[in-house]
Amino acid sequence: MIKTRIALLTATAVMVAAPALADWAPNRPIEFVVASGAGGGTDNFARTIQSALTRNDIVDAPMVVLNKGGGSGAEAFLYARQNAGDPNKLIFGTNNVYLLPYVAKLAYTTEDLQPVAALALDEFLVWVKADSPYESITDLIDAAKEAPGTITFGGSQSKDTDETLVALIEQVSGADFKYVPFNGGGETGVQLAGGHIAANVNNPNENIGQWQAGAVRPLCVFSPERMAESEPIGDDMGWHDIPTCKEAGLDIESYQMPRTVWLPKDTDPEVVAFYEDAMKKVAETPEWQDYLTKTSQTGAVLLDEELASFIQTNEDNTVKVFQAEGWTAAE
Amino acid sequence: MGNFDLLMHGFGVAITPMHLMLMVGGVLMGLVVGVLPGLGAPNGVSLLIPLTFALDPTSAIILLSSMYWGALFGGSTTSILFNIPGEPSSVATTFDGYPMARKGESTRALTLAFMSAGVGALVGVVVITLLAGWASNFALQFGAPEYFAVYFLAFAAFIGMGSASPAKTLVSLTTGLLLATVGMDTVTGEIRLTFGLDQLLSGISFLVVVIGLFGIGELLSTVQEGLRFRGVSSKIDLRDVLRTIAELPRYWATSVRSALIGIWMGITPGGPTAASFMSYGIARQASRKGEAFGTGRPEGIVAPETADHSAGSCAMLPMLALGVPSSATAAVMMGGLMIWGLTPGPMLFATKPDFVWGLIASMYVSNLIGVILVLATVPMFAALLRIPFAIIGPMIVVICFVGAYTVSNASFDLWLVLLFGLVGYLFTKLGYPLAPLVLAMVLGHKAENAFHQSMILSNGSLEIFFSNTLVTSIMLIALALLILPKTLQLGSRLRRKAPVE
Repeated sequence: MIKTRIALLTATAVMVAAPALADWAPNRPIEFVVASGAGGGTDNFARTIQSALTRNDIVDAPMVVLNKGGGSGAEAFLYARQNAGDPNKLIFGTNNVYLLPYVAKLAYTTEDLQPVAALALDEFLVWVKADSPYESITDLIDAAKEAPGTITFGGSQSKDTDETLVALIEQVSGADFKYVPFNGGGETGVQLAGGHIAANVNNPNENIGQWQAGAVRPLCVFSPERMAESEPIGDDMGWHDIPTCKEAGLDIESYQMPRTVWLPKDTDPEVVAFYEDAMKKVAETPEWQDYLTKTSQTGAVLLDEELASFIQTNEDNTVKVFQAEGWTAAE
Repeated sequence: MGNFDLLMHGFGVAITPMHLMLMVGGVLMGLVVGVLPGLGAPNGVSLLIPLTFALDPTSAIILLSSMYWGALFGGSTTSILFNIPGEPSSVATTFDGYPMARKGESTRALTLAFMSAGVGALVGVVVITLLAGWASNFALQFGAPEYFAVYFLAFAAFIGMGSASPAKTLVSLTTGLLLATVGMDTVTGEIRLTFGLDQLLSGISFLVVVIGLFGIGELLSTVQEGLRFRGVSSKIDLRDVLRTIAELPRYWATSVRSALIGIWMGITPGGPTAASFMSYGIARQASRKGEAFGTGRPEGIVAPETADHSAGSCAMLPMLALGVPSSATAAVMMGGLMIWGLTPGPMLFATKPDFVWGLIASMYVSNLIGVILVLATVPMFAALLRIPFAIIGPMIVVICFVGAYTVSNASFDLWLVLLFGLVGYLFTKLGYPLAPLVLAMVLGHKAENAFHQSMILSNGSLEIFFSNTLVTSIMLIALALLILPKTLQLGSRLRRKAPVE
């Protein structure tokens, strides 16, 4: 009874407000389902968006952050599957949404989620300890070729972005590293600063503190172009002074991790449009710009077809690495 | 002394009417969060983060950290009164706190817990003040083998002198280790022991297990013993509080030792939970008097509480100086830091002195506020035990289940609570110790990860655990703690009846 009434009301509302873009607006608190624990990179991403949406009155409904970081984030994506069609749940992740199902047997597929937007690209850099003998990426690779399997790369998690990148470096250069997985980027950063590993592939934000303190230094960045100009950070170098890995002699054009927003599948197109619009507005807020600068990420608002093609390319490239390493879960 | 000037500057930042209000509010909210099992400090703090968007970073961190202190204080309340740990780190407090409360001395138990918690916290803050620079360098020394050595030491300290039969301890320990492996493994990325159940993907929550084992398990035992708490007719008198405070200096050795353990575990990522277990174990080891631990010994409350709080406060140091949180709550606060636009790292002390020293100064003040507030609540909480079991019993059941549900909003956890309630009841009845199981659940996965990482680093050679002075000495202490007590016990076995856990 109530349902039909709501349906009728909605129908009327749709007819009356047909030309407007925002045919739908949330009428209940929105759950921000975060595919990482509290304090993780994805958590900061979601909370920054929450703060930008609240402070600029972009969305009226209250927003609640829910951390579901179990199983490298799979917990959040399974939750999306269980809540198919629910317009009040936004899922925040990285490329793990579509890459996890390849390496682990999980009860969800990428089709269970509807992509909404990618808002930023997080860069990857090769870092070494400040007093390490390696002055460039080629030094590091040559050393690994001379003594295969002895130079340790630390990274966050297993078969995740970090190990994938190390595997890619190995495949491209023919060197052989030893990969040690740790719990997160922060921990990996400290392991490098303490000299327990030889190198890591942390995101800028995960190592900036140690770089400022002169404990670690970057060798190169995996992006097509150098990063944006910035104040000097460590050793009188700013982000822009770091060479791209390609110009430094390692033939990897780009390796970036998108920060993505998803809905459960089977929501109405109006719902997707509403959130796309909200995310576009977020990207223009000062809070968002501040977040990008502070975390040294590259802003990139990808929606709809652009997003789909980005995901496709990213997925294809990564799966190639997975296959070469034999990581893909047995069908 | 530069740090002293900076601290005074920090007091200037921290002591404003607004900040004092935030501290009182934070501590009170923390108390509520800590008292309710399951909700816990990490959840409480992350609930508050959106509120801090409107505050400047210093006020925000003062609010959040005050809440943390409040939660640490509150966590011991239900441990002592109902045998339900409100926080993971107050599990060890149940071992002697609950028996003491059952003897009718709940006021004494609560006061002991709160006072030693306060002492621990203050010692921790003093250490942060004095050793800010040195401590973060010390933490850098810890790689995977060192971590493993520390976890091994925690196991050894606690289990080496366990009084239950070694075989039963082993059963309990391995059950805990088994439970800790459920879910996705960090090092291999494999999903283990989930039996295809999606609900087990993120592992079995330690809090849920503890609520079941202790809360529901204890309730079942109480029901069997005739539906009432023993010693409910406790007198409640504010003078008891004062008398207990006067008694405190007698345990100075335990306090000092526990505070040191806490500081160490806070600075290196062992965390408050490991600290409280280790400190309880070592206190038991060090005591030579007749009365057995686990029957309401005051040292059994002083040790875990002091260590828990000194570790809790020291955990702020690696968070600020290295960006590595050594407790779950510190991880949430670190997320907050980044949202407020601060980069945790060695330079934070140099670039944001107002923030860092304001926080450190606020830790002195808000812990003082915390001690005063919790001591004032002692009579009220102690009075809870006078309520007839017919009323409080069902309430405990409700609190347990609500608490378990809050951990991750999963109804599956309710079944787990029930299951572990039965397990807890059976273990207690059959004389299996619960503590090794709990310890293995807390540290099992971390220890396994550290071991696995060390093995990758050393290509499978155990020599890595004796490869430098630091790791060798920790390992040797651990081995000594593991082997010596049992050898000594053998000698005195015939003369003394083995006390029961």
